[in-house]
Amino acid sequence: MPDKETSVTFKVQRFDPEKDKQPRMQEFIVPTRRGMTILDALLYIKENLDGTLAFRTSCRMGICGSCGMYINNYPRLACHTQIAELESAVVTVKPLPNSPIIKDLAVDLQPMFDKHKSIKPYIVQENKTEESNLTHEYVQKPEEVEEYEQFSYCIKCGICVAACPTSASDAKFLGPQALGQAYRYCADSRDAGSAERLTITESNHGAWRCHLAGACSEACPKGVDPGLAIQLLKNKMAKQALAGPQKNKKVAIYPEPKEIKPRVAVPPFTAK
Amino acid sequence: MQTEVKPRPNQLGIVGWFWGGNYKIERYLYILHRVTGVGLILFAMFHLFETTVMRNQGESVWEMTMRFLANPIFEIGLILVGFAFVIHMLNGARLIIQELGYLLGRPKRPVYPYSDAIRRKRGITMIFMAVIIVLMVVFVLNRFIGGAV
Repeated sequence: MPDKETSVTFKVQRFDPEKDKQPRMQEFIVPTRRGMTILDALLYIKENLDGTLAFRTSCRMGICGSCGMYINNYPRLACHTQIAELESAVVTVKPLPNSPIIKDLAVDLQPMFDKHKSIKPYIVQENKTEESNLTHEYVQKPEEVEEYEQFSYCIKCGICVAACPTSASDAKFLGPQALGQAYRYCADSRDAGSAERLTITESNHGAWRCHLAGACSEACPKGVDPGLAIQLLKNKMAKQALAGPQKNKKVAIYPEPKEIKPRVAVPPFTAK
Repeated sequence: MQTEVKPRPNQLGIVGWFWGGNYKIERYLYILHRVTGVGLILFAMFHLFETTVMRNQGESVWEMTMRFLANPIFEIGLILVGFAFVIHMLNGARLIIQELGYLLGRPKRPVYPYSDAIRRKRGITMIFMAVIIVLMVVFVLNRFIGGAV
């Protein structure tokens, strides 16, 4: 385990679509230090050893979801994974499986984004004008927020899709990311679009293709638990199938204020 | 003129069912469930062939089939079928219950270190696994001691 400054061998998968027919592995020796992440090592390689190495990164703090990679046979965020925690003198870095490779470690996440868009990832309203031009404030209790809050932390990094065995063999499968987000919006008390969303998720490549391997939830770097969201989505779908099409519930709206109280003035002694 | 370079497909394919990385027990139960499912289908086809086509050929063919099947390889195969049946049935029951959203608990705020519902409810999986192992032992004892259990 690299505690002091030691060297770690990085085996990085390279693939240049303009030159290579098959991906190949290239080795780099990287001097490491305490707290150094996989992303730091890749940046070191790019700056000092091989400037042609391609990978995607942005925030460096596990928020943007750009640097999802297959590190030592497990999908992780490169910026969120310290070299020391891998406890290995050799680190293999490959692009995320189940997403097409653009170059080296950069994958094309467009198919995932298209699936995400297909499940209507927004609050659907009965009144379509109200959907885009809100005139009211919604009412939501804390317990209603808890129903979907966990799933709203998704950063769309594609790690769950890389971990999913169904996505491995079915390219049309909506995938844990999109299905998890479908439940996130269906469980939102402000939403009135469950019926139309469930029509999409019960397709041949929808939620019933998930067989609860649990890998998506295990690998998710943000604790979003898409596996739980999909099973709760199936519960909703089963109930809708048994009870018939569910009528959209009335969205709670904060009542119009009867009178507008004037804002309390700033105490004069605080104003310069 | 610049040519458009298409991204290289990177689907793991069916290999991805069996090996997708270093995951925990539920991911391997998924593999076991698939393997036992395929095994049971193959056994059912073989068994139907044996008890229909071979049986209808007359007594001598049936006796010959029985002699052919009376060897240690098929005996071990039958034990494996019994194991596969127990695993597929009980793990299937767990999957049906959990896939309908039960015995998984409710969503929780993601506070580091994160835990997911399946891991939080691993006790339930372990109970099912314990019952599977007990039934397997009973099956083997029953097979070898000949109805003593």
